[in-house]
Amino acid sequence: MAQGSGEVATNDAVTDLVSDWSAEKEVFKVHWGKAMMWIFLLSDTFIFTSFLTGYMKVRISSTVPWPNASEIFALSFGGDPIPLILIAIMTFVLITSSGTMALAVNYGYRNERVKTALLLFVTAGFGLLFVGMQAFEWTKLIAEEGVRPWGNPFGAAQFGASFFMITGFHGAHVSGGVIYLTYVAFGVLNGRYEKKGYDIVEIAGLYWHFVDLVWVFIFAFFYLW
Amino acid sequence: MATKEEGQQHPLSIYIWIWVLLFVFSTASYMVDYYQFQGYLRWNLILIFMMLKAGFIVAIFMHMAWERLALITAILLPPLALLVLIGMMSIEGDYTYLARAEFFGVDEAPVVEHH
Repeated sequence: MAQGSGEVATNDAVTDLVSDWSAEKEVFKVHWGKAMMWIFLLSDTFIFTSFLTGYMKVRISSTVPWPNASEIFALSFGGDPIPLILIAIMTFVLITSSGTMALAVNYGYRNERVKTALLLFVTAGFGLLFVGMQAFEWTKLIAEEGVRPWGNPFGAAQFGASFFMITGFHGAHVSGGVIYLTYVAFGVLNGRYEKKGYDIVEIAGLYWHFVDLVWVFIFAFFYLW
Repeated sequence: MATKEEGQQHPLSIYIWIWVLLFVFSTASYMVDYYQFQGYLRWNLILIFMMLKAGFIVAIFMHMAWERLALITAILLPPLALLVLIGMMSIEGDYTYLARAEFFGVDEAPVVEHH
């Protein structure tokens, strides 16, 4: 629909929705890369939900008690083991990285190149720290506790398969994100986006926040439930 | 395009606030486990803190709150189909459990406590 003044003619969001889809032109009035990233993340949502639903199904079906995550992921710093502490620290690391990412997007749109790049490097650094802690967690579980995809000493055999599948896929996403952010950070530093604009930082940010978002659900359903 | 929106630009303070809130909610959900709340209280608290965190991340950090309805509906409505999958699998899970209990017996834990 033609809008003579060039401004949004109405504040009615539903009218906008209809005209956006019916106007035989671009529907999403955002950077094309941002729309594509959102659609990718939508498909990723289906993948992760399928994993979590599969986990729910085998957990409900099991006639053997489900292993107690609170005890399995406890860690001792000299004294009594603190329940789930490693996972709590990993959660805080990821949230911290989400915060620095949000700031990077903000400084990107202000064209503050060095600050943006620096915040992106910090974000990627926290991502690396997260993956490192996950590697430690996997090593401990496999080598010391004897958890395998087909069985474990704590209870229901499906625990291992669910754990490795879900956290493994998430960890792969974090690792991919670290590479992606590092690439974007160097680009920002070298002025690669001076002409194109800093939408790329927001797009990379969407991916990174999504990785944090998935962890929110994994933390709730796998570790706390 | 004249109507093309500029990149998302919001005051820094809103990000800092959400950041703090995410820390608070994460600590709270960790406390649910630390103090070993059990049963419906535990599950409800976990779900509440989870939804709050997810909502703030999507709305503020991912800027969904400021997007046009065309993008919001295109991204947020399709996942509702997943609720059907979750519902069906939970029914199927109960059925599998009952069939196993019936034919193979239950390993020590009482029937109602299989979660």
